[in-house]
Amino acid sequence: MFKQVLPSIRATIALAVLTGLLFPLLITGIAQAVFPSQANGSLIKSADGRVIGSRLIGQPFSRPEHFHPRPSAAGSGYDPTASGGTNLGPTSAKLIEGLPDDRETKDSDESYSGVKQLAERYRQENGLPAGAPVPVDAVTRSASGLDPHISVANALLQAPRVAMARGLAESDVVALVRRHTEGRDLGLLGEPRVNVLLLNLELDRLRGAPPSSKP
Amino acid sequence: MTVIGWAQIALFSLILLVLTKPLGLYMARVFQGERTWLDPVLGPVERLVYRLFGVDPREDMRWTTYALALLAFSLVSMLFTYAILRLQGLLPLNPMGFSTAKAPSYATPMTPDLAFNTAASFTSNTNWQAYSGENTMSYLSQMVALALHNWVSAAVGMAAAIALIRGFARRSAQGVGNFWYDVTRCILYVLMPICLVYALFLVSQGAIQNFAPYTSVTTLEGAAQTITQGPVASQEVIKMLGINGGGFFNANSSHPFENPTPLTNFVQMLSIFLIPAGLCYTFGRMVRDTRQGWALWAAMYVLFFTGVLTAYHFEAQGNPNVARQGVETSTKQLGDVGGNMEGKEVRFGLANSALFATITTDASCGAVNSMHDSYTPIGGMIPLANIQLGEIIYGGVGSGLYGMLIYAILTVFIAGLMVGRTPEYLGKKIEQKEVKMAMLFILAGAASILIFTALASVMDLPAESALNRVGLSSTYYGPTYNNINNSGPHGLSEILYAYSSGTGNNGSAFAGITVNTPFYNLTIGLAMLIGRFLMMLPALAIAGSLATKKHVPASAGTFPTHGGLFVTLLVGVVIIVGALTFFPALCLGPVAEHFLMHGGRLF
Repeated sequence: MFKQVLPSIRATIALAVLTGLLFPLLITGIAQAVFPSQANGSLIKSADGRVIGSRLIGQPFSRPEHFHPRPSAAGSGYDPTASGGTNLGPTSAKLIEGLPDDRETKDSDESYSGVKQLAERYRQENGLPAGAPVPVDAVTRSASGLDPHISVANALLQAPRVAMARGLAESDVVALVRRHTEGRDLGLLGEPRVNVLLLNLELDRLRGAPPSSKP
Repeated sequence: MTVIGWAQIALFSLILLVLTKPLGLYMARVFQGERTWLDPVLGPVERLVYRLFGVDPREDMRWTTYALALLAFSLVSMLFTYAILRLQGLLPLNPMGFSTAKAPSYATPMTPDLAFNTAASFTSNTNWQAYSGENTMSYLSQMVALALHNWVSAAVGMAAAIALIRGFARRSAQGVGNFWYDVTRCILYVLMPICLVYALFLVSQGAIQNFAPYTSVTTLEGAAQTITQGPVASQEVIKMLGINGGGFFNANSSHPFENPTPLTNFVQMLSIFLIPAGLCYTFGRMVRDTRQGWALWAAMYVLFFTGVLTAYHFEAQGNPNVARQGVETSTKQLGDVGGNMEGKEVRFGLANSALFATITTDASCGAVNSMHDSYTPIGGMIPLANIQLGEIIYGGVGSGLYGMLIYAILTVFIAGLMVGRTPEYLGKKIEQKEVKMAMLFILAGAASILIFTALASVMDLPAESALNRVGLSSTYYGPTYNNINNSGPHGLSEILYAYSSGTGNNGSAFAGITVNTPFYNLTIGLAMLIGRFLMMLPALAIAGSLATKKHVPASAGTFPTHGGLFVTLLVGVVIIVGALTFFPALCLGPVAEHFLMHGGRLF
């Protein structure tokens, strides 16, 4: 075995340099030269040059005049430093029925919204009658917790609320949703979807945004 | 299930089939030392690498020398990774200051047990991750300590498979090849050219590649968000192609910076199966009968298709407990964004999530684009069972092929018993030594999974035991079964999955379970080393034993191993061995949960 130890040490160092340093440096060099926007996170800048997000990373939205993303398990919601899903299984009471706040511990709010509460809230926000079917992506948390997309059915159900909050015609908002619907890649792969951040950005650029949405 | 979902699965199968032969042929040329079109560029690099290693690539090693070189290299590189992880606070390329005093508040400390677990994990090609990359690892740790193993552990697995193929191909020979030669040629000629093109493709689609610190942004509604950065694409490609599976980020291939579009997702899935499918052809080519390779390919495809059919079906059915809350889950209404969307991304939907989950566990990859823990019980049992079968459905780089070859040895042995004749496979008599080693291979895996799971399901540690404390925090779990995130049968499934994934060197998880405690870090670390080396060494022993044997010409009594009968028998042996070993445990976990879910029972 000892005859193989020296080559092992030399191989570890040589390959660490080759695969661990030279390869990523080479890729970084080419990527920064050829695809600088993508390589740095597809960041979106506002008119005054501030970075306001990444087109690939979802953001939390709760105001009525914005489309709302899926619920998120990343940190306290859409936190890229803590990406991940709920990891709750199909028979989890927490997943389905949620958790109430534990009144014994006064400092922190331990309540957790299950599918039940999320569905009720969704109906309430969007003026749907009790028991109206809610699209499943609107009440389930994604794998990354950063899912930038919602389903088309989900977006269309939110359109009347957004139109009303902005004083826009519902048909205009629906048309905007249609325009922001990304099709399947190559016409086959993946699912049709709506990028919430890009859609909301476009809405904010339009007139009709009430004063409350200005930070 | 939808037509377009099936169309995507069909396209995947077709492209895999088309790529098998050209890649397999190329790899056969690489490992038989023939000229390839990359020789003018890589030849000088290759010779330089041998000089740096200080080895003679022409030395033909006996299987024992080959195994010692493999073990020595694995041990040294594992210690190297352990050292870098422990010292990352003192080393460069650490813009977020992890493991230093200026680490952000959300950082996880690099404890000795976590560093051991991670080093064992990456050395064994498992890439089980008890940490979240974005809040634990410096860029240097990611690139040098971890990604190094993504390359070399794949090459080591491939080397072991090539040695076994040589065992079948050579006649009355002493050696099975040269370890350093196989590892070097794998990295330079197979992995690196593909990764170069692949990484740039990922970046073009939106995967990130930089060394910048994280970006602070103010969202449209005025909240603060920290967008993570890092050299992701270069690590992502070898994570997939080397069938490692350890993500740069906690969310792995569901993270938009790792897997931004359905197109990258499709290519990622292909890149998991690409090399192991090609190796089937390489095998056939090297033993001078390509039908033998296609027979293995066909058996693998049958098992793969059964898995994806089942997983897709049950995910599309959805969770009746969710539907009962007035939620629309029908795929007739919503297409593939209906069904069970908990822990899945909208851009991938059901078909691409179920397909990815099946592929990543058929192979020993363990990358995930959806959270297996949140799958329906039977949908989630498919990844679990795939791992327990030994990841021989295409399987890991090399490990899939040598695993399937061991099942093939078992199959001809059982067929031989039925007709009362000494079994042969590819003109080599299968005798006592080969069958003993094949059984050691199967028993080592089963014992590690079941014994560790049993232990963790019942072990009563005191409430403040340091053995079950999370990192350096004040969270003590006490008994080891407290670490689960779900109660009822699903809790057992989480523990069973953890040790299956560790032993199987897969690395995916029912990730709700909290595993960054000394107990889990040490036991899963051990399971990973058992699953790697106690399964690779028997394969090498068989290689050595077979190489010395003479070739027996086929006669009328030889069981042909390239037709439908053999494929059927092989699939049967895989399923029966797996079922006999794991069916009781699976009944207590996913199967019980399936019926309880339909009865509306919650835990």
